Amino acid sequence: MSESTIVKLPDQSTARIPKMNYLSKENGILSWLLTGDHKRIAILYLISLSFFFFIGGALAGLIRLELLTPQADLMATDTYNKVFTMHGVIMIFFFLVPSVPATLGNFLIPMMIGAKDLALPKINLLSWYLYMAGGLLALYTMATGGVDTGWTFTTPLSTHYVNTNVLTTGLAAFIAGFSSIFTGLNFIVTIHKMRAPGMTWFKLPLFVWAHYAASVLMVLATPVVAIAIVLVALERTIGIGVFDPTKGGDPILFQHLFWFYSHPAVYIMILPGMGVISEVISTFSRKRVFGYTAVAFSSVAIAIFGFFVWAHHMFIMGISNYAVLVFSLLTMLVAVPSAIKIFNWTFTLYKGSITFETPMIYAFGFMGLFTIGGLTGVFLGVSGTDIHLTETYFIVAHFHFVMVGGMLMAFLSGIHFWWPKMTGRMYPEKISQLAAVVTFIGFNFTFFPQFILGTLGMPRRYASYPPEFQILNVFSTAGATILGVGYLLPVLYLVWSLRYGKIAGNNPWQATGLEWQTQSPPLTENFVKMPIMDHDVYDYEWLEAQQEKEKEVASA
Amino acid sequence: MPDSSAVEHGASVAAEHEEHPAYLRHHFESTEQQADATNFAMWLFLLTEIMFFGGLFTAYLIYRNWYYQAFVAASHQLSIPLGGFNTLLLIVSSFTMAMGVWCAETRRKSGLVLCLCMTLVLGLGFLGVKSVEYREKFEKHHVPSYHYSLNSFLDPDSDEAAKAAGDKPLPLDVARHTEVYFSLYFAMTGMHALHMIIGVGILVFMIFRAQAGAYTTGHVTFVENFGLYWHFVDIIWIFLFPLLYLISRH
Ligand code: HEM
Ligand SMILES: [Cu+2]
Repeated sequence: MSESTIVKLPDQSTARIPKMNYLSKENGILSWLLTGDHKRIAILYLISLSFFFFIGGALAGLIRLELLTPQADLMATDTYNKVFTMHGVIMIFFFLVPSVPATLGNFLIPMMIGAKDLALPKINLLSWYLYMAGGLLALYTMATGGVDTGWTFTTPLSTHYVNTNVLTTGLAAFIAGFSSIFTGLNFIVTIHKMRAPGMTWFKLPLFVWAHYAASVLMVLATPVVAIAIVLVALERTIGIGVFDPTKGGDPILFQHLFWFYSHPAVYIMILPGMGVISEVISTFSRKRVFGYTAVAFSSVAIAIFGFFVWAHHMFIMGISNYAVLVFSLLTMLVAVPSAIKIFNWTFTLYKGSITFETPMIYAFGFMGLFTIGGLTGVFLGVSGTDIHLTETYFIVAHFHFVMVGGMLMAFLSGIHFWWPKMTGRMYPEKISQLAAVVTFIGFNFTFFPQFILGTLGMPRRYASYPPEFQILNVFSTAGATILGVGYLLPVLYLVWSLRYGKIAGNNPWQATGLEWQTQSPPLTENFVKMPIMDHDVYDYEWLEAQQEKEKEVASA
Repeated sequence: MPDSSAVEHGASVAAEHEEHPAYLRHHFESTEQQADATNFAMWLFLLTEIMFFGGLFTAYLIYRNWYYQAFVAASHQLSIPLGGFNTLLLIVSSFTMAMGVWCAETRRKSGLVLCLCMTLVLGLGFLGVKSVEYREKFEKHHVPSYHYSLNSFLDPDSDEAAKAAGDKPLPLDVARHTEVYFSLYFAMTGMHALHMIIGVGILVFMIFRAQAGAYTTGHVTFVENFGLYWHFVDIIWIFLFPLLYLISRH
């Protein structure tokens, strides 16, 4: 390590936020609600997503409080069912699926490929409105009694045995699904048709590749869950019998349709995060991502393989033994491209000039936690161990390691990394490093004990448990408290930084992406004139040469 | 996909002549790029529609395989003349729609309005016939759950359609599965009809806009893309008709 930071800020006594930028262009609430600017829509998403995240988080707090003691004492058991269901529904459909793509993806994809906007700005705005409509509907169902089927809407429970708000919650998920279809569709069209001259496929930042792969999943998988929800709704309302065994229908078919979406959906929830990590790791080790092509293609491989493993969620549901065998094998295969990424990031670090700014600390958190999450996924993919571990806290720990330890860490990493670009100001470094470390510690305290609980046999989705599990549950609840602090801190200091943060300048991180070669916050049209991609991606030498040239011009 | 050329091509076209038509959105370099992008988006959207209906088709194929006898008997309850007539309506409407696109491209306003109106009438005709068919199902208690009756299958002689097809009485446990057939029948044709209704709505909107001359000034992507949608909905029917009506007749 030659220097402890790569941050280069302009002279604070003279620096100004550029007068003309996408935030100052127009004022008033309508200019936001009717905007077509991908950057403004990203900000709308960021605000609304954070709102839903804290609602989902509050519900998680209730779950952890209930589990502090072995008895079901804080709330009635069916209230508990509703709480964990709403937690899952909100966190998955209204936070994790849109998290990175709708905010960072929306903001950055056009800038990274040198375009003025996404190809379909109106559709982009529409998808935000759909998201809001779905989200508000979900909140409404929560206020009017909630739903208690689990986020998986399992039939025949959801069609016959509960009389909670399955219909409206299903509708909320359906609407949110269309929002994500439109986002994915927009990204694919944009990446195909809007690239700047010279921006060939293999000069695209890996962030863009990851979003491309995730978009393919959104576009191809989401409609399938939409039709599954429609059939559940028809079964509940008019009583058609497609999933109803008493009429000759088969609930397993619902499971197939549901997981045909929801397994790819877990990759929708991680691929964009992997894109963030690629950018961050490269920037803070000052090196081109090792094995660029392998990392790019591993995203595509994940998207393709991701379509053929869904039945690993159904090993104990009565599918045939041969199906179990095949899906078990395919599940292990899908772990390979994820591993490729981890290895390549590690090799990128090797002999890099690493610095430890906040985005990088989150990125390290991601690498460690995602690796554990992915490896425990393999335990679950092996049909033998899965029979013991399924429906226990082991699964809960597995997917929280990948979703919270993975995607949420990546989200926070990306928000910090691009915060100067989005707002023109730096966040305060020391306290945010602290927040990142607190999150990491809190996370491990919360979820690691759950692996042990799961192997010991504690089932998921119950409000009470045998007293011998209490110690580990207390650990978990204490960890969740720390984690809560870790998530509140960024809200406070990021809002603070909007006014008091240091002026960031165009490129505080000395990063190579096109988005950094323009002012912060950017102009509405992103670039003064259309950029030409005449160098390679992650080309730090080009960047240095460029900066030399600017200095010469300035001194001449 | 030969698209990296699209951008470069777009850039060079923009450089050649500087003035842009009013409908070129600010973030595109050229009208070609704009048309290209919106068309591509429409094809992608249709892909999602294929996945959407794909779930239903999968369900249909599985259950038909399981409950073959019940599916055969139940499909005899559908009217081939009505279904066939509807197929004809849709095929003709696809033709009028294609003519509409051609009129828009060649800037014939009255031709375009006429074609869109004809498409609208044919689409409404389809929905009308469909509702006649649905009504018959209600009357015969063939709507799942709604006083669903197995009479036509347990005692085919009491039922004209079953008698005409020469059906034999089915045992009770087999006959019960006709309800799955009708579940799928209503889910599939219902989803299709919903797409038709949305299409009809857009057609009405387009007729007014076309009358105002919106599509005959060179900017035809909206008409083209709607045409793609309309053809797609027709094609879904082209699959539904044989699967639901024809496949079990001998
Ligand atoms: C890297 C390779 C991965 C493998 C091999 C894997 C494997 C598995 C398996 C086999 C199950 C089913 C366990 C059961 O139901 O008995 C499962 C559940 C789950 N996984 Fe993963 N997984 C991986 C990555 C991920 C990622 C990246 C995410 C999300 C970002 C994720 C989210 C989930 C969720 C949410 C569930 C539980 C669904 C539920 O029942 O509520 N997994 N995983
Ligand atoms: Cu899975």
